[in-house]
Amino acid sequence: MQKLNRNQMAERVARDIPEGAYVNLGIGLPTWVANHLPKDREIFLHSENGLLGMGPAPAPGDEDYDLINAGKQPVTLLPGGAYFHHADSFAMMRGGHLDICVLGAFQVSPGGDLANWHTGGADAIPAVGGAMDLAIGAKKTFVMMEHLTKSGESKIVERCSYPLTGIACVSRIYTDLAVIDVTAAGLKVVELFNGLGIDELRRLSGVALIA
Amino acid sequence: MIDKIVPSVEAALQGVPDGATVMIGGFGGAGQPAELIDALIAQGACDLTIVNNNAGNGETGLAALLKTGRVRKIICSFPRQVDSQVFDGLYRAGKIELELVPQGNLAERIRAAGAGIGGFFTPTGYGTDLAKGKETREINGRMYVLESPIAADVALIKAEAGDRWGNLVYRKTARNFGPIMAMAAKLTIASVHEIVALGELEPEHIVTPGIFVHRVVKVPRTATGPAGFKQAA
Repeated sequence: MQKLNRNQMAERVARDIPEGAYVNLGIGLPTWVANHLPKDREIFLHSENGLLGMGPAPAPGDEDYDLINAGKQPVTLLPGGAYFHHADSFAMMRGGHLDICVLGAFQVSPGGDLANWHTGGADAIPAVGGAMDLAIGAKKTFVMMEHLTKSGESKIVERCSYPLTGIACVSRIYTDLAVIDVTAAGLKVVELFNGLGIDELRRLSGVALIA
Repeated sequence: MIDKIVPSVEAALQGVPDGATVMIGGFGGAGQPAELIDALIAQGACDLTIVNNNAGNGETGLAALLKTGRVRKIICSFPRQVDSQVFDGLYRAGKIELELVPQGNLAERIRAAGAGIGGFFTPTGYGTDLAKGKETREINGRMYVLESPIAADVALIKAEAGDRWGNLVYRKTARNFGPIMAMAAKLTIASVHEIVALGELEPEHIVTPGIFVHRVVKVPRTATGPAGFKQAA
């Protein structure tokens, strides 16, 4: 079994983002997608702290910490980009104006429930940020995650055991093994990577998968 | 003549009572009014409830205020960061109360208070632990959670430039919570790096109209520093 690496995963997600899309890339693995967006498409990146038309990281020495992304890292603004306050920024999400958001996940269920904000550990300090707004706000919520945990358990689970971020909010799951759609009939496998067989994916996932 | 400009940060913070709810602008370091927070520490008000997106970075600004032990409760969306050690310690020791709110709900609850809205139904958080115990309703086939406004006694915000009527413009993503917090407080105090004559701010470009601002104070421009993320070595 040959898994995709992070750049290959990001490249695969980027391929599905069309010209003209308004897109929010969540903190962590999803930020890698920005480096792989096809150069011949105009795509608008939104950052929830209040900018649209986000550009790449500045050159070393050009950092301006009044111009940061949701991960609080310095970024740039493309010509035509705009700044706005937080209520407007989240209206863009909650109001259904964003086409796609890409989020990392701890767990996803066949019904599209998402858990990605809190492990629920007694000693863990909870922090949610914009995760819940993003999960339910965009027209399509893509999850991008490794298929298995470090100990080999499937992150696609019948029921999320971690605290939920949103209910029935995920439309598509990109992992390092496969692309899977969340449909009314259940999880449908769209693509298998590197010759992986559907039976092997089923064995690893432990949930029903439609071929 | 109406002049909302005050001569010093000490004058700006005058009269903040013990037990006040204080909104503090900023997202990490961007838009955090560090000089006003330092002046609030010097002013000495205690038993405060603080509203901010985060819960302080490093040892300065909001983190320094928390360290004084004068904050009873914090309402925020993302307290845990790589450099939130002051909050983490207080929280684990049970010395500060945390109300955790999804970021968009936080923004809209602040906006609602400023706009005179008594509450609103939002889809964010429905079915999650953060909506537990809250009223829910189905509207047009979708489930929503009733959220209440968050109003404040005082708002401390950082803007780029202002005039004596209190009109404000901001700089880049440092705008973040400034415009909505300005609306939601009985006493809004803005720090600016530049004070300009009436009419110099382009009316089409004013972001916060002066009606929402009560005191304006000029502070020296210092570059905003990094906060809230792990820097590459």
